[in-house]
Amino acid sequence: MNNENLSEKAKHLRADIIKMLYTCQSGHPGGSLSCVEMLMALYYKVANVDASNPNMENRDRIVLSKGHACPALYAILADKGYFPREDLWTLRQLHSHLQGHPDMTKTPGVDINTGSLGQGISIAMGLALAAKYKKADYKVYTIIGDGESQEGLVWEAAMAAAHYKLDNFVVMLDHNGLQIDGSNDEVMSLGDVTAKFKAFGFECFKVDGHDIDAITEALKAPVSGKPKFICCETAKGKGVSFMENNFGWHGKAPNKDEYTAAMKELGVTING
Amino acid sequence: MAESKSLRVAYGEALVELGKKNKNVVVMDADLAHATMTGTFASEYPDRFFNFGIAEANMMCAAAGFSHSGLIPFASTFALFGTGRAYEQIRNSISYVNANVKFGLSHSGLSVGEDGGSHQSIEDISLMRNLPGMTIFVPCDPLETKKAVFAAAEINGPVYIRVARPVVDTITTPDTPFIPGKANVMRDGSDVCIMATGLMIPHALRAAELLAADGISAAVVNFHTIKPIDRECILAMADKCGAVVTAEEHSIIGGLGSAVAEVLAGNSAAKFARVGIQDKFGKSGKPAELFEAYGLTAENIAAQCKNIKK
Repeated sequence: MNNENLSEKAKHLRADIIKMLYTCQSGHPGGSLSCVEMLMALYYKVANVDASNPNMENRDRIVLSKGHACPALYAILADKGYFPREDLWTLRQLHSHLQGHPDMTKTPGVDINTGSLGQGISIAMGLALAAKYKKADYKVYTIIGDGESQEGLVWEAAMAAAHYKLDNFVVMLDHNGLQIDGSNDEVMSLGDVTAKFKAFGFECFKVDGHDIDAITEALKAPVSGKPKFICCETAKGKGVSFMENNFGWHGKAPNKDEYTAAMKELGVTING
Repeated sequence: MAESKSLRVAYGEALVELGKKNKNVVVMDADLAHATMTGTFASEYPDRFFNFGIAEANMMCAAAGFSHSGLIPFASTFALFGTGRAYEQIRNSISYVNANVKFGLSHSGLSVGEDGGSHQSIEDISLMRNLPGMTIFVPCDPLETKKAVFAAAEINGPVYIRVARPVVDTITTPDTPFIPGKANVMRDGSDVCIMATGLMIPHALRAAELLAADGISAAVVNFHTIKPIDRECILAMADKCGAVVTAEEHSIIGGLGSAVAEVLAGNSAAKFARVGIQDKFGKSGKPAELFEAYGLTAENIAAQCKNIKK
């Protein structure tokens, strides 16, 4: 897929996210919109996955550790054909396979249950270590949040990943700088988070988290003997002007007017 | 003569034996391999052993990752840090998805002894029992520990094996059945039924002797499985004896006593009492002294039986 199509697709995916949250009147728009391109780089450019065979033994594993951003993941999985796009409008509703946080036992294409922050990266590290043990050659990618990085478990997992020299393990940070109660710096400063991962023994990259080519290049850069960390600089609420860089949109659904305005910005006209 | 051995030693040996038969078994520890005795496995199969350092939460999530890769991880540390510190990792990353992870957690209960209340896990059964799909084994002797390890590997889903530290006598035989969820009647009786688990089994058996001397016929049932609890056995024995006393090296809140009470409530008119740790923390002391101080004795079990028979 060429880049023009991908940037068009990013818009469509964002519109799907907004529609999902509007329909169920709950969920997390800010952090879903910020990691769209990170997930797109994985699902459309880099990762070895197959929608027709979601449990393919040798597939790359993708773990959305910041599980509250799952509307972005669901929109992409639907677009790839893991399940019908109509399912998206059942998000968070009783008996839907699309849970409020990712559920591997219900949704085709979801590799690991996440949502309790810090656990996704730790399980992903376990997957990568198990792959090494089994001499399997797939990779494990995990997307973490910056607020999530305040969890001690993130650093326990990072320490183990370096200790076991997991060069099949890639941690991508959605660095939008905001969390529920405000900015990272106001709530609990992460300091130089890339330097911290470097100190933990990661090969580190820093990219524009909305530039699919830049993310792809960092994902493809060869590393040996150590895990990889990619700091993706993003904007929370990216793509919807009034949500951008506003922590108030962490976990709030748009009302009718906000929905109509957001969809218009994303190129979709709502009638009525 | 039956062999005496620490249950943790039996656990380590059982892992080696299981590992020989089942190549998917891997073992993990959090810097306690020489205490939980997973080190026995590590010496035999160094490439199948993973140390995560003093980071129990990370070990539990990593174990989940291994289980999703088709392996059968046995993760070990002390019972308190496994079920307590890593509770939410077990809850969300393992139990919630029925991940095929086993945790053999040692140094459970007051029998840790001198390390004191900070290390004596008296609420671990309670913490694990509230998780849907969790299986809980509390072996009473070295032989039963080995059977628990092998049974755990046959179950598809999380299993907690509570492993005590002291050296104890073997009181079961190779022929004693170990069927998950099926309690073993070790001594039949008709006046009162002592339902016990783990290290309390020998005390329960001696209590039955004391009661016999006073003309009271006491049954003793070994609940090696706390979850799923053997409902049928509880109701049958309650019906037969009309009086039930539970005995466990655990808080009376949330453990075997609670599990039995939940079955009896509304279903049985049997009289009922619980011997266990009475909503208190432990403290330093020799295991035998602590058992005495907290009423985990044959004499106290017998007294409770007599009390409810009045």
